[in-house]
Amino acid sequence: MTVVVRTIARLLFPVALAFGGYVIMHGHLTPGGGFQGGAVAASALAMVLVAFGPSRLKDKKGLLSALESLGGTAFVVLGFLGLGVTFFANVLAGSHGLFGRPVPYGPNPGDLNTAGTLPLMNWAVGFKVLAGLGAVVLLFALFGGEDDR
Amino acid sequence: MIGNLPFVACMVLIALGFWTLLFKRNLVKLVIGVGLIESGVNLFLVALGYVRGGVPPIYTYAPAGAPMVLPTPQALTLTSIVIGLATTALMLAFAVVIYRHKGTLDARKIRELRG
Amino acid sequence: MSAHIPILAIAVPLLGGFAVPLLAKLHKGLRDAWALLVVLFVGACVGYVAVHVFTQGLWVYVLGARHPQETLAPGGFPIRIMLVVDGMSAFMGVIAGLLALVAFPFALRFLPEEEGKSLALTLGLLLLAGILGMAYTGDLFNFFVFLEVTSIAACALIGFRTWTSRAPEAAFKTMLLYSLSGLLFLLAVAFLYGEYGALNLAYLARELRGTFVDRLALGLFLAALLMKAAAAPVHFWAPDAYGEVPAAKALLLVVNTQVSLYGLWRVLFTLYGGLWDAGVGWLVVALGLLTMVVAAFMALVQTDLGRLVAYGAVSQIGYMMLGVGVGLVSLAGRPEYGLVALKGGVFHMLNDALTVGLLFLCVGAVEWTKGTRDLRELGGLGHGLPEVALCFLLAGLALAGLPPLNGFASKILIYQGSFRLSPILTAVAVLASILLLAVFARAFQGAFLGPKAEVPNRVPGVFLLSMAVLAVGLLVLGLVPGFFLEGVVTPAAEALWRGRALYLAAVLGG
Repeated sequence: MTVVVRTIARLLFPVALAFGGYVIMHGHLTPGGGFQGGAVAASALAMVLVAFGPSRLKDKKGLLSALESLGGTAFVVLGFLGLGVTFFANVLAGSHGLFGRPVPYGPNPGDLNTAGTLPLMNWAVGFKVLAGLGAVVLLFALFGGEDDR
Repeated sequence: MIGNLPFVACMVLIALGFWTLLFKRNLVKLVIGVGLIESGVNLFLVALGYVRGGVPPIYTYAPAGAPMVLPTPQALTLTSIVIGLATTALMLAFAVVIYRHKGTLDARKIRELRG
Repeated sequence: MSAHIPILAIAVPLLGGFAVPLLAKLHKGLRDAWALLVVLFVGACVGYVAVHVFTQGLWVYVLGARHPQETLAPGGFPIRIMLVVDGMSAFMGVIAGLLALVAFPFALRFLPEEEGKSLALTLGLLLLAGILGMAYTGDLFNFFVFLEVTSIAACALIGFRTWTSRAPEAAFKTMLLYSLSGLLFLLAVAFLYGEYGALNLAYLARELRGTFVDRLALGLFLAALLMKAAAAPVHFWAPDAYGEVPAAKALLLVVNTQVSLYGLWRVLFTLYGGLWDAGVGWLVVALGLLTMVVAAFMALVQTDLGRLVAYGAVSQIGYMMLGVGVGLVSLAGRPEYGLVALKGGVFHMLNDALTVGLLFLCVGAVEWTKGTRDLRELGGLGHGLPEVALCFLLAGLALAGLPPLNGFASKILIYQGSFRLSPILTAVAVLASILLLAVFARAFQGAFLGPKAEVPNRVPGVFLLSMAVLAVGLLVLGLVPGFFLEGVVTPAAEALWRGRALYLAAVLGG
């Protein structure tokens, strides 16, 4: 791709990643969440693929698959956290610890530090989707022949 | 009548999807056909949960007592979209591999497995 | 801790599957040990659940609630996802656990390291988790999610050997059918949700009134689940899938079709059990007969041993449908022969799992030693592989329903029940069995008899162990069926036959 595309891709890459992170982080307050944020972040990877060609990311396949497994494992482990009560029980909500503040009543701007295990699960899913979608896009790009302009 | 428009649209989408599956022979078009049916079903689910004049169920500034759109069908739709993404990616990957082996995407020409 | 066992049976293989690629990066032996450990744990879990359910009745587990039995949210509405394990679910779980216990040690030895062994193990564990989820869940949407989990894992397993040209083709075909089946199921769930505003199976079963929309949803459920269970008009994906999947993993695909059938029984008996309709029962019977006859005829002309066994497996689906279909037809009047046929159909699920599982293991062993499965090239293996030959013979005869093997024990019940409904049904079923006998006699003769062929590879001990477990099961179930019939099959069949009220009461109270 041309210099213009590459420069803009360089500029936008951190922005897209940050926006993905924002969507994941606010998943329990606004529309969005792990899947959507992960998809946005994966679009940043897709942009890099389009701008620079797949060869640059070829050796990242192992990293992506590890990240994907890690996200999946983390999600199930978070489910296991609830085993003192029931599987998937939200043990952190209302505990005044991490993400444990009680939800404010009435119209409010939203409090990030609520919802217990849900934000953590969002992060787990987000990483899994980022890695999974990134790997899918990368594989399709590598299938498409060695066109590396 | 205008309230039924989403349901009409999703029936049209599903019918188009089935038409594609029955009459098209290109593997990528078959994947698109499945995608059309899936969009139809998703639209149906979302339309089911809509409440006229309702606010989104996750809006923290929602005024007290305002009617809310049903959150469950939206969660179902989201799950179904995620699953649809996985199946579509898998099918496209198989289509790419088939193309590499056979050099064509025509379903009539690639058939090795029959009988 | 023991209160959480039903969910552990689903969550542990899920965790195990996700962790396999991570462990594979550390050490290959560690990964294998981990996979075995997970499968052993799952086997123990499903066994514990089955014993508990058969002795003490239904087991309800509510996810995310304040305690595992809190089925109703404040307001008296079942809002949470829950697992409801009754006799039939526990029975299905036992079948899945048993075949996984046999398949995984076999697979660990069978799959070559350079051909994506880690991937196959991950997908196998995810498939197992999905199967157990389908068997145990008490929520329609949750059932759909697990249905899709099994679809994706199964198709990835079928197609992951991308360097062969046939595997991706089989996988694409199967995935197309599976995703169509999933979408039809989702549409049916959406119809019911739109009408009653609930997804809980027991709640919907209580509310269902038999309106036009309900009947439409029933049709969609039937189409979706029969498609996934490889019933006759849409059975064509199954031989391709069974034929192309690594033989050790074909066992899990067999359970996958069975659990789809289980889903159909759950829908027909529990969800729609209050609105009895003989027409649906007759439809299941007719499709069952069609399946067994078509598959038996197709098996006659196969030259690939894997595809031949696959068609045999499809024909067995027809027997289950016949048995349970006769039970469904006679559900309203509740004559005793309906229960006999139902027991036969349910028993046949266990027998089919063992028999077809053993046949696929034999196919795997033959492929391992000779590197081919083409009957035109095989022959004379009986001299070098007497154990495999014996197992193949036993399983083939059991599949054809000859006494004293297990296939006979369940088929005789199906024959007894269906004969009372109409002798024609029994005649067709016996005809299909005779055809299957011819099929497997030909296959045995083609592969194992004839002049002595040299055997390049020895069969590893673990293969023989897996096969021996299933072969002993075949004989034991055939020689002393009474014990299993009373202890395991009867509670499972009763759960469908009269268990609907108990199922509803366990979730909704009262």
